[in-house]
Amino acid sequence: MDTLANLADGFAVALTFQNLGLALMGCFLGTIMGALPGLGPSNGVAILIPLGFTLGLGPTPSLILLTSVYFGAMYGGRISSILLNIPGDEPAMMTCLDGYPMAQKGRAGEALALSGVASFVGAFFATWGLVLLAPQLVKVALLFGPAEYFALFTLAFATLGGISATNQAKSAFAAALGLGLAMVGVDTQTGVPRFTFGEVHLYDGIDFLVAIVGLFALSEVFVFLEHRGTDRDISTKPKVQIGRIIPPWSLIRSCIPTMGRTTILGFIAGVLPGAGASLGSFISYTMEKRLVDRDKTFGTGDPRGVAAPEAGNNAAAGGALVPMLALGVPGSGTTAVLLAVLLALNVTPGPLLFTNNPDVVWGLIAALFIGNFMLLAMNIPMVGLFTRVLLVPPRILMPIVAMISFVGIYGISGSSFDLLVMVGFGVLGWVLRKLDVPLVPVILGTLLGNEMEVNFRRAVEIANGDYGVLVGSPLSIGLWSIAVVGFVLPILFGARLKRRMRIPEDSEGGLTRD
Amino acid sequence: MKLDTIRRGLAVLALAAVPLAAQAQDFTPENPECIAPANPGGGWDFTCRQVGKTLQDLGLIPSTMQVVNLSGGGGGVAYAEVVNKRNDDNDLIVAASSATATRLAQNAYPGNTMDQVRWIGAVGADYGVIAVAADSEIDSLPALMDQMKSDPTSIAIGGGSAVGGWDHLKVLIAAQKAGLTDVRAVKYIAFAGGGEAVTQLLAGSLQAFTGDLSEAKGFVESGDIKVLAVLAPERLPGEFADFPTAREQGIDAIGANWRGFYAPGAMSDAAYAYWVAQIATLYDSPEWKSVMETNGLAPLDLQGDAFQAFVADSVASIESLSREIGILK
Repeated sequence: MDTLANLADGFAVALTFQNLGLALMGCFLGTIMGALPGLGPSNGVAILIPLGFTLGLGPTPSLILLTSVYFGAMYGGRISSILLNIPGDEPAMMTCLDGYPMAQKGRAGEALALSGVASFVGAFFATWGLVLLAPQLVKVALLFGPAEYFALFTLAFATLGGISATNQAKSAFAAALGLGLAMVGVDTQTGVPRFTFGEVHLYDGIDFLVAIVGLFALSEVFVFLEHRGTDRDISTKPKVQIGRIIPPWSLIRSCIPTMGRTTILGFIAGVLPGAGASLGSFISYTMEKRLVDRDKTFGTGDPRGVAAPEAGNNAAAGGALVPMLALGVPGSGTTAVLLAVLLALNVTPGPLLFTNNPDVVWGLIAALFIGNFMLLAMNIPMVGLFTRVLLVPPRILMPIVAMISFVGIYGISGSSFDLLVMVGFGVLGWVLRKLDVPLVPVILGTLLGNEMEVNFRRAVEIANGDYGVLVGSPLSIGLWSIAVVGFVLPILFGARLKRRMRIPEDSEGGLTRD
Repeated sequence: MKLDTIRRGLAVLALAAVPLAAQAQDFTPENPECIAPANPGGGWDFTCRQVGKTLQDLGLIPSTMQVVNLSGGGGGVAYAEVVNKRNDDNDLIVAASSATATRLAQNAYPGNTMDQVRWIGAVGADYGVIAVAADSEIDSLPALMDQMKSDPTSIAIGGGSAVGGWDHLKVLIAAQKAGLTDVRAVKYIAFAGGGEAVTQLLAGSLQAFTGDLSEAKGFVESGDIKVLAVLAPERLPGEFADFPTAREQGIDAIGANWRGFYAPGAMSDAAYAYWVAQIATLYDSPEWKSVMETNGLAPLDLQGDAFQAFVADSVASIESLSREIGILK
């Protein structure tokens, strides 16, 4: 009851004209920043920090503005994933897998609206989770030591096969490539630079955003350039159908179980510091594929494949606020920025934040609820507007994509070296596309590889070189079991399933037979 | 490039028109800019933003301080950029800390040395702490050191910097002063940030934590961890007065993570004097004192030449320590 009374106080703080206006502005700006490739939530928030200072806002209004941007960007990331096959930020990567095929089938409107609803469900229930469970969840986060984190990341890689149905070997190759790229930079456990060739720009490793924008956005531009004037020229292709804007209720209803499951998964991933929204959306997608993809439609434009990662990553965004508010430990890059803002506003984050600054915490939580409804209300009518992007001819769209990529990446680090790295990734992406190697595992390898390695070494080092520590707790044993089952089951049953599927597949002309 | 030339030309004209004696007072930056050599959210970013905001609030700079995040190489990218490309920029200051000095001392900024830039001043220091979980049996720094002496593998110490970084060096300084002969045996586990390391201390993966007072502050207040020693010359004022220093426990170790600024090496004397004066005024203001208090920053009042000498000293001592522990060959 205390909690609800506090929440009511929070609403009293949040429901002023100024704060509502700030939330609205934040949601709108965030959505746009999320949709632009290269400008993810953490950069979006960072860019707007000076705005909060110049307006002379106090801690609560500043936080309301910035978290609205955060949630807005999590919503917005899906837009370019679905329409252009270019993820607006890391967590939106998984939405490409089914969102873009849906758009190609002329269901872009439905995909956007459905993902908007899924985002809302994920974020809304995650906020409730934050309200009701924050103190208990901190204990869950404390169960995770280095060994458990290592098991968790291994679990993520074990289910990697779920991403592409076509060729597992190519997925594995792509993941290995990503893991290799993750090794670049100064090794924190020894202080020795690896694969940096004396180049100081590489000491901090490769920025995921640079890799993503290069692999997805630039390679798209290269493919366009390559096919210009040939019979595969997409600029002369008949216009893509936008389709209906509001998805039928039956479609949403069919995705409800998916949204429910992935919200929980995503939320848990968000709560763990260091795991974050990317892992949330990734695990959500692969688990959901394992669970419900009986007709092998995931990856070809299955609405559930759009709902799963979106609910997952928005739930993770809410979950990431748990360790930030309850412990003062950032669960993701964006929450690290938010923490810095708190510090700059003379609010000390830490275990006592709830007690010392209840107005800040509860005002923020109330603002999250309000922001969620605003985002839903803003996103559904804007679907029509967003889909106009598809009507822009590629010969105009592609140069714009290239321009936004360059500006966005330069804006993050201010270094022209990153631009060269991005072009390098663009070429790599183009080559990989030619070879039919999926791009998502490359990013996942880069994104998770470092954490996986570092936690492995921490665990073994703490245990003085005893590898037994990796299976030393019930939690890690549990995670390992799930990883093994997730890896082995499809191999054992995959063949049988495939045989059963052969007839319908052939009639659709779907998969090639071996 | 062109704009720069024009600007420089204008500056020359302006200087020629003004009597020489008044130079120091007459410089005002057109576009004050602060480079934070890391991504948003870190300590350098905080230094730039907080100082920029306070300078503006106090009316010490004519317009908003533009904060540019130029991350990479643990600050090395920004350092190289300033030395190579913006060496005569009068409007620019760059956030720095002990980590900058550490990397300069360990040649981690390839080809760069500390005298390629001008050091402006410090805005405070964050003293190091060594802490354990609240329920730990260890209750003093000598007790911790004794256990490390008898069995170095039994104590895993975590901190927020890489191996060889400042959090690691602090604990090695203490160990050395406590009479540990082989400091390389100290089991240091690197984390991505102090907060993550404290979380692992609470989770029971680590036996001890080395970090800055500001990182530990929130957890001490909530009663989750206990501070064994603060690595300051004497007890800190205010709410931190309860923490014993290492020195009073017989281990003469001092480790301060200072925060401050450097400026391009060819900055004009007038501009350098201007920035030193503004940082000094900022440091003396009650507004900055309150920022320091909320963030657990301790006094470190050094500007201009005194600061330059201080940085040179700390680079030299870190260099000799790094050589001793084998990080630097």
